[in-house]
This record gives sequence, C-alpha cells and structure tokens, in this order.
Amino acid sequence: MTVRIETEGVARSAAGRDWTAKAAALLPRIIFAGYMILFFTYLFLPLVVMGAATFNTSKFPTVTPWLGTTLDWFSALWSDQAMWRALGLSFLIALAVIAIALPAGTAAALFLTSLQPRARTFLYAFMVSPLLTPGVAIGIATLVLWHQLGVGGGTFLIVLAQASFITSYVMLMVVARLQRFDRVQEEAAAGLGASRFMIFRRILLPYLRPSLLAAAFIAFLQSFENYNTTLFVRGTETPLTVYIATKVRTGLTPAVNALGLILIGVTILAAIAIEIVRRRSAGRPVA
Amino acid sequence: MSHSVDLMDVEMAFGGVHAVRRLSAHVEGGEFFSILGPSGCGKTTILRLIAGFINPTAGRVLIGGKDMAGIGADRRPTSMIFQSLALFPLMSVWENIAFGLEVRRMPKADRRRRAEELLELIALPGYGDRMVHELSGGQKQRVAIARALAVEPQVLLLDEPLSALDLKLRQHMRAELRALQKRTGVTFIYITHDQSEALAMSDRVAVMSAGVLQQIATPRELYSSPATPFVAKFVGETNEFAGKVSRTVDGIAVVDGPHGSFAGRAGDEVVVGGTAAVYVRPEAVTVSREARPDSLEARADRIEFEGAVAMLHATSREGQPLLAAIPNQLLSRAPAAGETVWLSFVPDEALVLAHG
Amino acid sequence: MGNLFARFGTGLGALIVGLVAAWLVSMVLAPNLMMLDFSLRPNLMPAQIGGLDDHYTLANFAALAGDPVHRVIFLKTIWASALVMVTTLAVTYPIAYWMAKVASPRAAALAVMALIIPFWINEVLRTLAWYILLAFGGPLNAALLWLGIIDQPVRWFGDFGVLAGMVYAYILFMLFPIYNSISTLDTVQIEAARNLGASTPRIHWRIVIPHAKAGIATGCVFTFMLAAGSYVAPALLGAPGSRWFTEIIYNWFFEGGNWNRGAAYALVLLTLYMLVVLATLKLFRVNLADVAK
Repeated sequence: MTVRIETEGVARSAAGRDWTAKAAALLPRIIFAGYMILFFTYLFLPLVVMGAATFNTSKFPTVTPWLGTTLDWFSALWSDQAMWRALGLSFLIALAVIAIALPAGTAAALFLTSLQPRARTFLYAFMVSPLLTPGVAIGIATLVLWHQLGVGGGTFLIVLAQASFITSYVMLMVVARLQRFDRVQEEAAAGLGASRFMIFRRILLPYLRPSLLAAAFIAFLQSFENYNTTLFVRGTETPLTVYIATKVRTGLTPAVNALGLILIGVTILAAIAIEIVRRRSAGRPVA
Repeated sequence: MSHSVDLMDVEMAFGGVHAVRRLSAHVEGGEFFSILGPSGCGKTTILRLIAGFINPTAGRVLIGGKDMAGIGADRRPTSMIFQSLALFPLMSVWENIAFGLEVRRMPKADRRRRAEELLELIALPGYGDRMVHELSGGQKQRVAIARALAVEPQVLLLDEPLSALDLKLRQHMRAELRALQKRTGVTFIYITHDQSEALAMSDRVAVMSAGVLQQIATPRELYSSPATPFVAKFVGETNEFAGKVSRTVDGIAVVDGPHGSFAGRAGDEVVVGGTAAVYVRPEAVTVSREARPDSLEARADRIEFEGAVAMLHATSREGQPLLAAIPNQLLSRAPAAGETVWLSFVPDEALVLAHG
Repeated sequence: MGNLFARFGTGLGALIVGLVAAWLVSMVLAPNLMMLDFSLRPNLMPAQIGGLDDHYTLANFAALAGDPVHRVIFLKTIWASALVMVTTLAVTYPIAYWMAKVASPRAAALAVMALIIPFWINEVLRTLAWYILLAFGGPLNAALLWLGIIDQPVRWFGDFGVLAGMVYAYILFMLFPIYNSISTLDTVQIEAARNLGASTPRIHWRIVIPHAKAGIATGCVFTFMLAAGSYVAPALLGAPGSRWFTEIIYNWFFEGGNWNRGAAYALVLLTLYMLVVLATLKLFRVNLADVAK
C-alpha cells in the first residue's frame, strides 16, 4: 500500500523537474511492468490458444492456420462415449478417495495433537512423507505390494494409491485448524455432563467443519487431476487424465480442447462461487 | 552543526484525502524539535515525508538547504527510529547496529569495532552477540537508537519510540534521549502524542491538528501563549468560557457568554462582535468560599491529588466542568465535595482566542 | 496415547488409532517395504520364485550404474529438475514479493484468482496446452515467423519444451509458499533497511530472503520433487534426446516387463529425492514442520 502511494508521489513531484532522476526512478518500474506482462502472458497464453483451437475446423488442434470457425468439436466431444466413461470413472475415484482420505486424515490430525511433543515430531514426519514422495514411486510401491497379494492394477488400486498421499493433505489442513481449537470448550461440555462421543460430535466436529469441507475440495481436485501415480496402478482402466494423454498418441482432435475449455469454464465458475462464499462468511465472526 | 530541515508549503494527500495541508516549518540544525498532536493528525506523515518513504503531493522538503525531490529514503542524510523499532530479528545485536555501515561497505572488522563503541554509548557493552529477542524492551529501544546513530545521520527522526515502554522506563529514556541529543548535536525530530514528553525534552514544539499546523513555539510559550484554541486545550489543562467579544481595551478583551463577562489578554484575530473564548489555566484560578465580584459560582465535585498540586473539579451552575489547582499548603483548607465555591482569575493571566 | 483415549473414549479412540494405522501401515509403510524387497530380488519366471536363484542381490542397482544410457538420463533428470527449480524460483519470486508487499489487497486477491484458475485444471491439460502452442506448425512458430524473428520454424519439443512446460506446471507450488512467508514480514523492516541506506537488492538479500527462507525451501523442495517425478511433461513435450528417468521406470514396468529393476530405479529416484530434501533443509536451516505448513 505504502509503496504504491510512493510511486505516485515520485511520478508527480519529479515531473517537469529533473529528467534524469525521473528516468532513474521509472526504469525499475518499467522493467517490473514488463516482467508482469510477460508473466501473465506466460500464464494465460497457452490456455487461450488451447481454448481458441476448439473453434478451428482444423483436425489437429491449433490456431495456425485458421481454417474456419466451427462448433462441431463440442458435438464431437458430446458423442465421445469413451470420454464420458473416463469422466465418470474419475468422479467415482475422486469420491472414493474422499471417503478414505477424509476420515483417515482427520483421525491422523486428532491422533497427532493428542501426542507428546517428541512422538509428535517423528509421526508428523512419517505422515507428511507421502507428500514428499514422487508420484511414480507411490504408484509403483502400491502396485508391487498388491501384486504380491494377488490384486492387479485397476480402480481399487488407483483409489488406494491416491488416498495414500491425499490423506496427508487432509491431515495438514485439519491440524492447522485444530491447533487453534480451545480445549476449554471440551471441558465446559464435559462439565455439563456430555459424553466424550457427544463432545466430539457436537463441539469438535462442527468446529472442524470448514477445514473438512476445504480438505474434501482439495482432495477432489488432487484426485481428479492425478496422472503420475494413476498411470502405474491403472491396469486397464482409463480415468480422464489417462484418456487425454492417450489421445495425444492415438489421434488428438480439438474435441479434447472442447473438454479443456469446459473444464476451464467450470473452474472459473467454481472460483467465483468460492469467492462469493468466502466474502459472505468473511462478514461473519469466525466460527 | 547538523543539517536544518525545511518544509515549504508541503501538502500530502492519500487518494484525495489530505493528511497534511499546506504546511511550512523550519527546524534548526542541532535542535530537538517535537511534533505534537493527537493520533491521526498527520504528524507521522510529516516524518515519513522527511525520511523519503513518501513524496509530497505539493511543496518541497529541504534538508541542509538541499531539495530532497527525487532522492530516495536510502540516500537521505536522515535516519529513523520506528514506533515498533523494526529491529531485524534474524540478525544479532551488533549486526543490527552495523547494518547501515554494511550497506556503506565498511570492512567487517571496522563495523564490529564501531558497533562496540555504540554499545558502550548506549550502556550495553558486551551485548553484541545476543539476538534481538533476548533483550528487554528498554534494551531494544537503545539498540534501535544505536542502529540509527551508527550511520552518523544529520537528522534523526523518532516516531513515538517510547510509547511501548512502561512509565518509569519512559521517563528514564526521555532524559537519556535528551542527553544523547546534546552530546551528539544531531538534529532530532520527535513525534509524539504525549504532551509531557514533548514539553520535557524539546527545544521547540510544533502542535498539529487534522493535518494543519497550529503553532510552533518553545514549550514555555506554548503553555503560556497558545496561538489557537486547539493548542490551549491540547497542551496542559485549561478552562474555556466561550461567547462573543463585547469590547477590547488596551489589549484586554471582554467576552460575554452564558457565565457572564470575563476578560483576558486578547490574542491575534480577536475582533469585537466575533465569537471567541477566554482560556484560563487551573493554576491561575483562585478558589474562595465567599461570593466575590466577578467570580463564578460552582459546586465542588472532587479533589484529585496529583503530587505537587491538587486539582479541584467543580461544575458551574450552567453545568460546565471547571478546574482549579490548589497548592499543597492550602490543601487542608480545600472545599469538600458538594460545597459551593466561587472561582475567579485576573485578566492578565487569562487569554482570549478567536474561534475559527 | 493414553491422552487420546482419555479425550475421545475407548470406542472413538480405537477408531482413530485404527484408521491411522490402516493408512500408515497398509498404504505407506508396507508398499514402500515391498518396493524395497522387489528391488533387491532378481527378475524371475514364476516357476523360479522361491527357487535357488531367488535371493537378495544388488544386481538391479548395479544395472543402473552399469548402463551408460540410463546413467546419463538419470543424471540429466537431476540436473534438469534443478534447472526447473531455479528457473521457477526466479520467475515467481518477484511476483510473490509484489503480491505480498506491493500490491493493494484487492490487486493481490485478484492475482491469486488469476493464478489459481490455470492450476485447477489438471496437469495433463496444462501440458497439452503447451503441446499445441509449441507444435512445429503451431502458433508460436507462426508468430515468430510473422514477426521476422526466425526465418524457419524451430523444433521446440525437447529440452526447451520440457523446461517451459514444467516451470509452467509448478509455478503455484513455488509461488504460494514464498508468498505466504513474505506476507508475514513486517513492512516496517523493509523501510528500516531502506532508511539505513540499503539498496533494493540488499534489502532482498539481507531482509526479505532470510525471512522467507522456509517458504523458499518449501517451494524448491516441492518443485524439484514434482519435476523429477514428472511423467507427462517429458512424454508430451520432450524429444528422444530429452528422455526423463520416469520414462525409463515406466518402460521397465510396462514394456520391459522387469518390475524388479523398475522398482530399483524408482527407489533410487526416491532416495535421491530424500537426499535433496534433507540437503535443502540443512542448507536453509529449516525443519520439516516448517516445510509442510
């Protein structure tokens, strides 16, 4: 804030007075403005090109040359049965991952905060280690274990492999909120005669609700976009990311771009929705 | 002699809101100059303008007679002590003190030696290798001073640096700051909302209100001859009797108000028929149990003992709160709560100031 | 532990312990131990398993050391991942600083939105976008030709494509930790340093970067890991000359049919990665608890 005001002041007070001082003061700003333009171009240009290519009649997705404008690729996407199956599978996997990671991650957070400091440090390192493990290693480790047990790659292993590291995310998010929890509330409820289960259900769980919702959301995104881990444990199953990557080899058409464009649209809508919810709740006192 | 500081028609607006309105002031080299005002009056903005963190929307800032336009905060001969001190938590005490010298590319051994000298100066020898968080509030305060002085500034800017300390330490640091200023001869510009701090330490004080400079004067003048009603009320305690000026004779003005007529020395801009008020310090008020001519009847509410004097809080029949100082030796004969008293003062010890 | 049961009671306490144990033992510990076991055994026919040849050996690791092609690809993956990490740091640091200290809260919130949107769509699509942009007959070449900067199309796929795509994919993992840590720096610290005469580079070097080191370490660790473990970017944006170590691992599993060797290779990658994490933490003098924040 202060720095911004400073820049306006510099620009005005130096105006028409000292050209060299003005240039010297402006140069870093020009460089920074250039950097910002390049940065956001870098960020959005690929997405814009990908989106625009959806409307090009060219069979290979591109914008050069522009062969004509069409909406055909949306209908091509609509009638792509394999894509719909892949999308459905990705949803199914994501929901299953949430069903495992949310309880396990929450349990891990509760477990962690009930431990002595030294044990906590060790266990904490153990619990975050899946986040620091390359995705391919997680996939491979899961694959070889279950292979020994006679279970091959497929939906079940995809869910297990993804949940193994997504649980860590949930744990971290719940711990962050749990650390600000005032235990006196529990004691007060116990003093009023509530059972320990009652305290958990009526005091702790409602307190954790926002972080659980956020964790479920992150878990969904993480699962939905996962590729590296999934690739090794998928067996013959084809979730959406694998489907898209396979398309690149077997014949990419702008139908995939249409899918990308729709996902971007959904993302923007979701971002706006979350922002609205956040602003509404910002007005209220924090639960 | 250290550099002087001149503010010439300086204005500062943030998004159209004026924090400082057309202000001019001259600070002598080597002077201890305070800027006093309630929070939000624009005093911190002035300090930041001098330091170069912000640039005026109009007007000029001169340090040592040199225009500072286009010269950034890092190239001005000023150094600042922040309200929060802003010591660097990841550096040791000596690294903090020597940071400005590091910037000036002084060799490490010389920096270390200079830091030790400054630690002597602030009476913290041997503290160089401690970390900032290991120090007490007063010690941090002194390290901040040493860090600011290490770069041998011409002008030291202090932004309410004592506000976080407890009363005893604050009074001690006042004396230390004053002594340090005399010893180093550096120009001090000191920001505070605490009038006793400003009056105790400064050569001159500027009083500000709502972005407008009210008066620049020595502490004595400020107290005895405030230039505006704001100064009269903000600096020290005062009684105010508002009304219309009915006549002026030989520099004495008479103000007619709901309490009757009171006279006092007329300030500038006092005109017959204009609205004005008479201002009287509590110590100029005489308290009597008998009705006397030209005195004001009031009911005594309570007496607050303040050490050297006791303060009588009373309420006039019109409902205005009044203050009168009662010297200690008269305290035994002071009125009791609920008693009726008559208050009076001589016009020479009162001041009439026109209202805006 | 007793604490846990005292707080939640026997039933709920047992459920918590059970869930945590199920996760850590069956989903984290056991798979990794099995991977270790696999990597230490030779690749045998089903009939030979349990036979005379089924004993522990370091042959799979020796194979990596002895295969010049794989060795080079392994070292190049490390080197290139480090390059991705450094490039991402250089690209994101200024904007992280801008968002944390210069921008108005409104502009910063807008920037966060603008940054998040590309990252909610998945990594494969993001990489696909680059695949389209960098294609030989694609828009980048067309634009550069039109501008006259080049006179014939450039083959971007390869080292350049992989670098561009990976930096793009991991910007957020670098940016947010750094942004968060710079946000906690009191702006007065910067003013104090400037007031003492420090230039902008020195303020960053002495004040901002030391303060933000935990965030920088976190970003670096994550970016390096994601880059080293990436499969999709090298597969789509690479060329035969820019093969990635993960592609070799994949081939052992699904083309070479030698899972033991693939497990050994994956384990080498994992070990290397753990070493890099520990070295980074040591270098920046931060601990794991700070990293995972």
